[in-house]
Amino acid sequence: MESYLTFSQENLWFEIWPELVLALGAVFVLGIDLFTKRDTLTPSLAGKVAILFQGVLCVTHLMDYLLWHHTFDRTTFSGMLNQGFRGDVTRTFFLLSSFLVSLLGHRYLKVNRLRVGEFHHLTMLATAGLMLLCQSNHFLMLFVALETVALCFYALVAYNRDSSKSLEAGIKYLIFGALSSSLLLFGIVLIYGVASNPEAWGASYLGYASSDPLSFDYLNGFLFENSENLIVRAGVVLVFAGIAFKVGAAPFQIWVPDVYHGSPMPITAFLAVSSKAAGFFVLLNLVNGPFEGMSDFLLPLFGFVATFTIFFGNLAACAQRNLKRMLGLSGVAHAGYLLVAVMASMHFAGDSDRAVWVLIFYLFVYLLASFSVFGVMGLAQLKDETEHEFAHYQELAKKSPWMAFVLVCGVASLAGIPPFAGFIAKVLLISVAYEAKLYLSLVALVIGVVISIYYYFGWIREICFKPRPTFDDEKNEHDSWSDLRDLGILKVTLLSLTLASIVFGLWQGPFGDAF
Amino acid sequence: MNLDQILLLGAILIPALAAGCLLIGLGRTDEFAQKLSYFAFGFPCLAGILLFLRFDESVNGYNFVVLYSRMGLQELKINFHLGLNGVSSPLFAMAGIVGFGAGLAAIGSGVERLRLYLALLLFMQSGLMGLFASVDLFFYYLFHEFALIPTFIMIGIWGGRDRRSIALELTVYLTLGALVSLGGLVALNVMVDSKSFDFPSLSLAISEMGMGESTQFKIFGMLLFGFGILVALFPFHTWAARGYEAAPTSVSMLHAGVLKKFGLYGLIQIAAPLLPEGALSWSPYLLWLALGNVLFVGFITIAQTNLKSMVGNGSVMHMGYCFLGVAVCSSLGAGSAVMLMAAHGLSVSLMFLVAQYVYRRSGTFEMNEIGGLATHAPLLACFFIAGSLATIGLPGFGNFWGEFGVFLSLGESKEHQFFLVLAALGIILSAIFGLRAVAKVFYGKQSDELSEHEKSSPISDLSVSEMIPAGVLVAALLFLGLWPRGISDRVNREVLLRYESVNYLSEPGSQLAPCCPPANGEANLKEPDSSSQKVKPQPKDL
Repeated sequence: MESYLTFSQENLWFEIWPELVLALGAVFVLGIDLFTKRDTLTPSLAGKVAILFQGVLCVTHLMDYLLWHHTFDRTTFSGMLNQGFRGDVTRTFFLLSSFLVSLLGHRYLKVNRLRVGEFHHLTMLATAGLMLLCQSNHFLMLFVALETVALCFYALVAYNRDSSKSLEAGIKYLIFGALSSSLLLFGIVLIYGVASNPEAWGASYLGYASSDPLSFDYLNGFLFENSENLIVRAGVVLVFAGIAFKVGAAPFQIWVPDVYHGSPMPITAFLAVSSKAAGFFVLLNLVNGPFEGMSDFLLPLFGFVATFTIFFGNLAACAQRNLKRMLGLSGVAHAGYLLVAVMASMHFAGDSDRAVWVLIFYLFVYLLASFSVFGVMGLAQLKDETEHEFAHYQELAKKSPWMAFVLVCGVASLAGIPPFAGFIAKVLLISVAYEAKLYLSLVALVIGVVISIYYYFGWIREICFKPRPTFDDEKNEHDSWSDLRDLGILKVTLLSLTLASIVFGLWQGPFGDAF
Repeated sequence: MNLDQILLLGAILIPALAAGCLLIGLGRTDEFAQKLSYFAFGFPCLAGILLFLRFDESVNGYNFVVLYSRMGLQELKINFHLGLNGVSSPLFAMAGIVGFGAGLAAIGSGVERLRLYLALLLFMQSGLMGLFASVDLFFYYLFHEFALIPTFIMIGIWGGRDRRSIALELTVYLTLGALVSLGGLVALNVMVDSKSFDFPSLSLAISEMGMGESTQFKIFGMLLFGFGILVALFPFHTWAARGYEAAPTSVSMLHAGVLKKFGLYGLIQIAAPLLPEGALSWSPYLLWLALGNVLFVGFITIAQTNLKSMVGNGSVMHMGYCFLGVAVCSSLGAGSAVMLMAAHGLSVSLMFLVAQYVYRRSGTFEMNEIGGLATHAPLLACFFIAGSLATIGLPGFGNFWGEFGVFLSLGESKEHQFFLVLAALGIILSAIFGLRAVAKVFYGKQSDELSEHEKSSPISDLSVSEMIPAGVLVAALLFLGLWPRGISDRVNREVLLRYESVNYLSEPGSQLAPCCPPANGEANLKEPDSSSQKVKPQPKDL
């Protein structure tokens, strides 16, 4: 094939140095674990190396594209990857998130006496996969990257082997993940089936002979010409369904509460932030790339899914007493809000940048808030670490003011209350949705946010208020917040996440020109 | 940056910084916290009064402008833009004074966890000062929300009965209102192609490009109901009285006195002059709803036996008059509503304050269980009676001029005279509940419960530290009542500029005419107390 002749010339390995370094680092961490003493009681060297490594890599990469090499849009690896400034920002997002997961995981592993090396290894590999996933410019690349990520996640969700809930969550995630992958793959196959037909409408005009029928560039033109084709439509819907599984959009949200509930706390955060964000970055690439010509068909579908997701997530979250399930379902609602941003990006044909940057800002804000919330939750010492009830947070403000502060700020930012960054993200979202004239989705969004106040503030109420008077026969639960030692760097990190939430709520200078 | 700008910025930042210091734990003692709070509540009050005096009425538009345009949302035309104009300057001063009163009451209240209490109240104060000082509509909204959140926590920690459920109910309800109004503001931001997101440039842009009637109707509707929920417009008023009853006194004072004026301020200063056709089309409905506030809530107020709940319901009722002023869509109505807002903020916070004093002496808010308190506390009786009379709207207090102006504006057109008659009945209602409260609490035979209570804690009259905040509020009320021109001149000038320049009746024979004032603009200039210094409608040169 002519198109593959240039293969070797276009393999610019340097262009994916963060992924390569991260993957090598992952192997290195595993190696350290292999050659150090197997003693789970002493703090592990591998964990510290992994955290430090990811921190340095994140900062280096940030400096690389912001200060040293200003990036430009380019296609590498024979059109497998499409890289550019947006890709670099998403890479930083994943690196930051994986750094934080490792940091939370370090303590989690120590407390639960689990093996250290594999955890960080899998986290780093998953992150490398996520970074490639969001830069992929070819359905084959997309699928391979997605499976790499998914395999790591199956293992990570079930990482706490002593806990039956973690194993249960792992099995559930495996089954639903496999289902979603197969839906995605089936969708890709259907699209391939039509697109690889040299007789198809517009195929010769679009240069069928010289291009790959699964590359986004070819499909962009091809789907535009064939947007009425029933098989193409079915394929696109199936691809969307596969991604909707990943982001937890209704009606594919069924796995979310169970898996969030059972996973180890750092992995719950990893799922909530990185996995969801990856779904949205991919969706953005698709709807502004190959599926651009299908906007008229996709918009009503997305509108329905977004509205359904917002209402389902918020209403179901109201009824939860378990906080991990509640956060999972509120994450479903956030996925609905973000779908509105994706719809807005489809409306501004050709000039979708604003909605895209709003979505990325929203996800960054979500990262800051989520990690501060999950971070504090991870510090609680419960009998069963998956069972976080409202009652465990009673009077946290008195017991540990700084943790209560971090938690309240995180929750308020998720709820979208000024002066936190979550509010700015919501305002920007409303404003782009307005510009795109998505009035119905906007109404759903506003109602959803109002409903969400109920459960978010219900939680803040437990943290800050005086508890209800208890009856004598209620057994006195042991205090989950005493005896917290050597938090050092974790405390600093959580407080700086909170500070970042507040600062970006009042001053968005660095992002200013993008909105 | 000159002195005025520093005062304006300081009035917002100093309470917030002081609150931050208290939260971090700077100064471990309560004494230090109290001293810091004296300063941090005193500064905005002083700044408010000084800026009120230094306000230059000859300047068109905003005085003391502080502008910083690199906050990050410049692509949405949002800048950090502070300043005061004729409408906001008296309200800014009022916010400072009420805040000072509430602050003093809080410092002397001796609640547990005093430092947290003061810190949250200071955050609230910072938001309130910022609200009235904002020119930019986004920051106007942001400051409001900033002030709203502490109320949730404060009701929850220091509140009265049912505080847990009421705090959540209040927050969900008010978030609904806030988001609906945010929707309206974002719609303005997106649809109007202006240079910046503040009234002058929006108004300029609208006058240049024009805006369809149905668009105006929709956006004004969103703003009206969003703001309406926040101001407790009938039938969205149910949160208010319950919330005030449960909230600690200082929070009730700040919320009912100042924070609730946010919505009215937005309607008068922004929504109605910017979207005149929208305002006119909503006017008939708004008149009825406002009447609901006055009569429906008025009757509810009469039925209250709990003193605090009576004051809370009464404050909701009087919002009806402000809404009537807005609904008339004339400069006289709007100006009187501003006057009433300033006076009502002072009088309602005075009432919450003295209700708390009564509670301290009698141990209950139930009026039937008190009685005869005047013999023990004659000074308290004085302040209570002054507050009640002001609430009723007796001449000599600022509320009189506000209500009187609203009635005048209603009387100006035939269509509104029906509402005038019904609204005037409200005066009787407020006289009934106001005077009855005075009689039940202070006169008559001392109840058995009070005598019982007296045995355990003897009743004394007001102490000096209690007298100061009440005295400040009464003095401000009397100032407004005796020399209304102190604020009415500049309010009048500003509303003339806003309401006459967009001229509601620019199109004669317009279908929108039924509810507007008579066509001759001169009729609108009869501000009751400034007739000697009328300012001609200015051509729009903003």
